[in-house]
Amino acid sequence: MTTVVTGVGVAAPNGLGRDAFWAATVAGVGGIGPISRFDSSGYPAQLAGEVPGYEAADHIPSRLMAQTDHMTRLSLTAAQWALADASVDPSALPEFGMGVVTASASGGFEFGHRELEKLWSKGSEHVSAYQSFAWFYAVNTGQISIRHGMRGPTGVLVTEQAGGLDAVAQARRQVRKGVQLVMTGGVDASLCPWGWTAQLANGLLSTGRDPATAFLPFDANASGYVPGEGGAILVLEDEHAAARRGAAVYGVIAGYGATFDPRPGSGRPPGLRRAAEMAVSDAGLTPADIDVVFADGAGVAQLDRVEAEAITAVFGPRGVPVTAPKTMTGRLYSGGAALDLVSALLSIRHGVIPPTTNIRQPAEGLHLDLVRDVARETPVRAALVLARGYGGFNAAMVVTDERNGR
Amino acid sequence: MTSTSDRRVVITGIGVIAPGGLGTKAFWELLTAGRTATRSLSFFDATPFRSRVAAEADFDPVAEGLSPQEVRRMDRAAQMAVVCTREALADSGFEVADPTRVGVSVGTAVGATMSLEEEYVVVSDGGRNWLTDHRYATPHLYDYLVPSSFAREVAWSVGAEGPATVVSTGCTSGLDSVGHARELIREGSADVMIAGATDAPISPITVACFDAIKATTARNDDPTHASRPFDNSRDGFVLGEGSAMFVLEELEHARRRGAQIYAELVGFASRSNAFHMTGLRPDGREMAEAIRVALADARLPGDAVDYINAHGSGTKQNDRHETAAFKRSLGDHAYRTPVSSIKSMIGHSLGAIGSIEIAASALAIKHGAVPPTANLHERDPECDLDYVPLTAREQQTDVVLSVGSGFGGFQSAMLLARVA
Repeated sequence: MTTVVTGVGVAAPNGLGRDAFWAATVAGVGGIGPISRFDSSGYPAQLAGEVPGYEAADHIPSRLMAQTDHMTRLSLTAAQWALADASVDPSALPEFGMGVVTASASGGFEFGHRELEKLWSKGSEHVSAYQSFAWFYAVNTGQISIRHGMRGPTGVLVTEQAGGLDAVAQARRQVRKGVQLVMTGGVDASLCPWGWTAQLANGLLSTGRDPATAFLPFDANASGYVPGEGGAILVLEDEHAAARRGAAVYGVIAGYGATFDPRPGSGRPPGLRRAAEMAVSDAGLTPADIDVVFADGAGVAQLDRVEAEAITAVFGPRGVPVTAPKTMTGRLYSGGAALDLVSALLSIRHGVIPPTTNIRQPAEGLHLDLVRDVARETPVRAALVLARGYGGFNAAMVVTDERNGR
Repeated sequence: MTSTSDRRVVITGIGVIAPGGLGTKAFWELLTAGRTATRSLSFFDATPFRSRVAAEADFDPVAEGLSPQEVRRMDRAAQMAVVCTREALADSGFEVADPTRVGVSVGTAVGATMSLEEEYVVVSDGGRNWLTDHRYATPHLYDYLVPSSFAREVAWSVGAEGPATVVSTGCTSGLDSVGHARELIREGSADVMIAGATDAPISPITVACFDAIKATTARNDDPTHASRPFDNSRDGFVLGEGSAMFVLEELEHARRRGAQIYAELVGFASRSNAFHMTGLRPDGREMAEAIRVALADARLPGDAVDYINAHGSGTKQNDRHETAAFKRSLGDHAYRTPVSSIKSMIGHSLGAIGSIEIAASALAIKHGAVPPTANLHERDPECDLDYVPLTAREQQTDVVLSVGSGFGGFQSAMLLARVA
């Protein structure tokens, strides 16, 4: 059974909506800037990728406003756009034949911050009746299923930044078991003071003040990452179901692999290479068939080296074009890999690899053919997307054009 | 991935931490004795809250052998999952030979919510400052922000390098995480999965959020009888905590090493009601559909079910919804099947409870007994099934249906069967 993508919805720091995002991404226009949503002057890190121009009231019914965090509103908007893009009317499909599987990393954290403040500054009777679900990790899946009447299999996976791929893989499992349509992907945001404090604790955030130099994966001056918000929701369908209704297809979810790194001190090799090899093999391809790798791009020297070595081990030195367009968005947690997957599909559609911006001095000893500064026009039939979640999660996914799909 | 759905998945090890007893043995003794472990909430001063009853586990991470650094690093929920994992491994006798064939799936509804709140109070100076002060935060705060850290801790404790994930679907997390693990073994992505769930939600913010919607009981003057599933006097659930972890193995893998087998996971399905984030439709349609699909997955007829381990949270709407779902999916057989809720004894530990209930289901098969529903004296007239009131019942039990229902509209059904 072949699982295809027939719709995408995007809310990214460098573009709200698929077309705005892709135009910016191909042109190398970034969306990282000083945090606007709260006063970040007292924090060592002050840059983030915020989704621009999003007026929730324009997209979300008023009855949902009081019960939704910012990231849930973004995800509902992206889901609606993905369905429209796929030309699907959910009310015309069997209700148990539609499922929702999303990734989450930190839930509706800003909503939770406000309620914690009410509880501790004013008292328990001030806590919102919606707190019981508005912050939890399952909220986006629940709200999307309710809004569109999708009563089939649901799921929520949490593997930090790897989640965007793990959720899509789980959605593919459901399609393979006969579910007609599954909404999937990830959207995250925790750009509130409490969320920022929690993110700072991992010690990986860039303290740079210049958006052009703060987040530099694979660069000699890599000094951490810039967090962002947003992500993407995709519509997955069985290829025949999509063909029957004449849907336009972005591409095929052709291969997937997931591994976990050995515990520290074991002396065993990291698991990213194995995940990548599994994904390529699962797609029925060989490394030579892969036209581009969308890298995880941690922006931390040690993690960048591990990733570069995994890519080199699979493809050989400078053996495949590599890009990390997240230099334009920051790392979006569960939204990051879902957005990269959309970029990979758009690369296939448009025959162009978006650039890794801002890289001036590639780190020594990393033998990568990094697509820098400007987009590279080239036919793309198969792309490998890599993603890693904090703590040791590795995921890899291969998307192909229709002809390449199994 | 090739289709390998003929691969069968069995439970070969169980670890449980629940209110009223640590370890699988104490857990089963409590259930079969029909004792309740609910009590007045003691973790913090609950005076300002509407619901002041809880099912607390007497869990001390130091006494359970965690090192001082593990205790500092992990939220209570992660600590419980790791301790349960150790018990499950010891119980199964499984030792990791090829780490790449061993995966991890941990369910949790609210993650490290207890540690998050403790840290929030410090960095906000008791809620005084909106701009939280990062200089007061623990270096482990990021592990609390992202509950995927729970899967990492379990993977590290086992030495697993296969697929690892946290499954977080609210109160069905503990069924869904095991269902996910079963799927990974069936499709060939792993031969062994360390799977289960954990939650430690007894903190002021959780109590407050359920107070706000009156989902929890207000029977504060009678805490040991406060969890009353299917009883006419029920008035909400009792917030609990705990964990259950399993060693799940592909059947032939288990047989080759001569492992004990508790039960096979023969069917699983989840559905969504697409109705309301906290409300349930009274007809139980989506849970009934999940049960039907799980039965089809197991290739079993409805009348094969010997015992139903219910969600039975003790809220007005849940117990009726669920009763309707059993009738809708099993027909007359629903009236002939014992149904019980162990939440009457150990409360509702949100995402953890689904796995704890799978443990109870597997033990029911092993011991030939079904646990009772405690505190059930006068049935709700709309709940007219056999809920095994007050005392456990000895009976040959070969097939168990365990169901869960949760916020977000999620409905899940797991079928366990004795392996001949």
